[in-house]
Amino acid sequence: MTSIETSEKLKENNKKISENHEDFRIFGLITFLIADGMTFAGFFAAYLTYKAVNPLPDGAIYELELPIPTINTILLLISSATFHKAGKALSNQNNSNSQKWLLITALFGIVFLGFQIFEYFNLPFALTDNLFASTFYALTGFHGLHVTLGTLMILIISWQVRPDGGRITNLNMFPLEAVELYWHFVDGIWVILFLILYLL
Amino acid sequence: MTISIEPKNQAKKNLQPKGWLRYFSFSLDHKVIGIQYLVCGFLFYLVGGTLASAIRIELASPMSDFMPRDVYNQVLTLHGTIMIFLWIVPVVNGAFGNYLIPFYVGARDMAFPRLNAVAFWLIPPSGLMLIASYFIDGAAQAGWTAYPPLSITTPQSGQIIWILSVLLLGGSSIFGGINFIATILKLRRPGLKLMQLPMYCWAMLGTSILVVLSTPVLAGTLILLSFDIVANTGFFNPVLGGNVVVYQHLFWFYSHPAVYIMVLPAFGLVSEILPIHCRKPLFGYTTMVFSIMGIVVLGLVVWAHHMFTSGTPPWMRLFFTIATAFIAVPTGIKFFNWVATMWGGRISINSAILFSCGFIINFVFGGITGVALAQVPFDIHVHDTYFVVAHFHYIVYGGSVFVIFSSIYHWFPKASGKLLNEKLGIIHFAITFIGFNLCFAPQHWLGLNGMPRRVAEYDPQFQFVNQISTLGALLMAISTIPFLINVFISIANGKKAGDNPWNALTPEWLTSSPPPIENWEGEAPLVEEPYGYGKSITK
Repeated sequence: MTSIETSEKLKENNKKISENHEDFRIFGLITFLIADGMTFAGFFAAYLTYKAVNPLPDGAIYELELPIPTINTILLLISSATFHKAGKALSNQNNSNSQKWLLITALFGIVFLGFQIFEYFNLPFALTDNLFASTFYALTGFHGLHVTLGTLMILIISWQVRPDGGRITNLNMFPLEAVELYWHFVDGIWVILFLILYLL
Repeated sequence: MTISIEPKNQAKKNLQPKGWLRYFSFSLDHKVIGIQYLVCGFLFYLVGGTLASAIRIELASPMSDFMPRDVYNQVLTLHGTIMIFLWIVPVVNGAFGNYLIPFYVGARDMAFPRLNAVAFWLIPPSGLMLIASYFIDGAAQAGWTAYPPLSITTPQSGQIIWILSVLLLGGSSIFGGINFIATILKLRRPGLKLMQLPMYCWAMLGTSILVVLSTPVLAGTLILLSFDIVANTGFFNPVLGGNVVVYQHLFWFYSHPAVYIMVLPAFGLVSEILPIHCRKPLFGYTTMVFSIMGIVVLGLVVWAHHMFTSGTPPWMRLFFTIATAFIAVPTGIKFFNWVATMWGGRISINSAILFSCGFIINFVFGGITGVALAQVPFDIHVHDTYFVVAHFHYIVYGGSVFVIFSSIYHWFPKASGKLLNEKLGIIHFAITFIGFNLCFAPQHWLGLNGMPRRVAEYDPQFQFVNQISTLGALLMAISTIPFLINVFISIANGKKAGDNPWNALTPEWLTSSPPPIENWEGEAPLVEEPYGYGKSITK
């Protein structure tokens, strides 16, 4: 069997799969996000255990200022809504509107990261000061990494959704839907993180 | 929504090599990827086996005269890590899962072929990286568990490379798990119901759920550990106010399910092999399914039975003892189902069934010592002794590895179209079975008498029994020779197998051997009764 035949058959096969089965890429992504969520769950479990059994040394500061993280929570929640707007616009075949909403969402992501960096520079403790400090930076840093990746992905799809010949159209919405799901996931994780790390 | 292949990818696909070269390519064919997993895993098995032989030769005498102590620690760490993460997990999951699951669900490939290829190609580099760390500045020395503070205080470069390679292997495992869940749940042939699937599908579904839920926790833990090593944080370092027990909890939250990740697929494979060679339906299909799912649920809540001596509070000991003892119930159901499947069957004695029987015998021993180890008073007595080593190897070698060999004898005709030589196969089985039991059975006695594990030197009174164990290990090493000869001879000029040498009813045998590129000529067959042996519908 020649390789050209093989690739023809693979193409045919792919066509058959798409005809016989629903698109399960979102399903795969959800499975991945469950796995990703378990990483956070491990971090949260470690943090809560430390809080319960490991008393901090005298003089350790762990009272956190609330304004910046509260603003950040609101920013992320709004960005979830703007992303939803982008999806709505795309399914109405309004690509330029969709692109606009995506760029706004990315802007929210960037502002979030900016505030996060600002907070890092103004905290009274550093990474290795004590157990609380280390866990704080590990948790927020790992989440910040997720926001950074999400923002980059939003910028990429906002380019791909451009009205003149972009890859993403209302017939091929998967990239946008996938990033949207991921973005909502990152927001949800932030809300849990905010509750456990700042408020608890 | 449709999935379209873009023209530029099409051009790349035409460049995919054919013939044996495709096994070295980024192939998207699940059968090629399955063979890649198997051969790659077997090469690492040879490396890990060589290291095991080195350990046993060192332990033939009470003093550390064969290798220095720190080298012994490195060899021991590499042996454990290679055997678990590069041989058993990739082979029982990746190799057989990729080869068989698409057949069983009546599909032409896995749900995400590219992700599948990525998952495989993460393995060789991380394995080579792990082995190479030995030659750079010494490999990790903290055992496959990498408990802090030992893993923080031993030489750091080896430990960091160990963490990196385990993270990559964990990623590979998660990608594989996502793929299996999507394939089994979403890619089934229309008309095929879940309760008609061959048992291996259920085993892989359960295993993949465990992989997806527990592997990320290990990844997170190892990231924190690497911070402790390179950034001087104190998550697990008591000197800096950290807590080593948190590491143990997080580590075992993955690593206890990891035992099921290694052994559940083996359960599934045995459930495929036994009915075919005994010509009887699989006994108790529904109970098998529920016991697999029971093991999945219970497997997630028993991890602290590895930590009875870590200052675990009494209520926790009680809970984890009871939960662990409960696992004996679904496991026992499976054991009796296998025996009942064989009972009164027309058993053909061949290498595949011999290795499966060997599995059942060894596994029952490992299971009984497992229940014993779950009891706190007994566990405290034998904790960190050779009793644990013996128990663990009865499960993963006597269990999983015996099943891997059984499966190779069973499915070799499927993949190659040739039969393996039965005489050499039976010699292979005999040497493996005798060698294995000679190696590990005496270690129960050693452990009960207090010989600690993971130490290169020991009390001279244990020397004789250790030498028996070493003899067994060398027999196990020798046993791979007839196997390798068998494989090479049979590939070159083995007996033609025909499409269905075992007269099996499971879907993978209902196509030609080796199978065509997209598994079936025409539609995939609808197999409603994969175990309908001894009934009127036999072919």
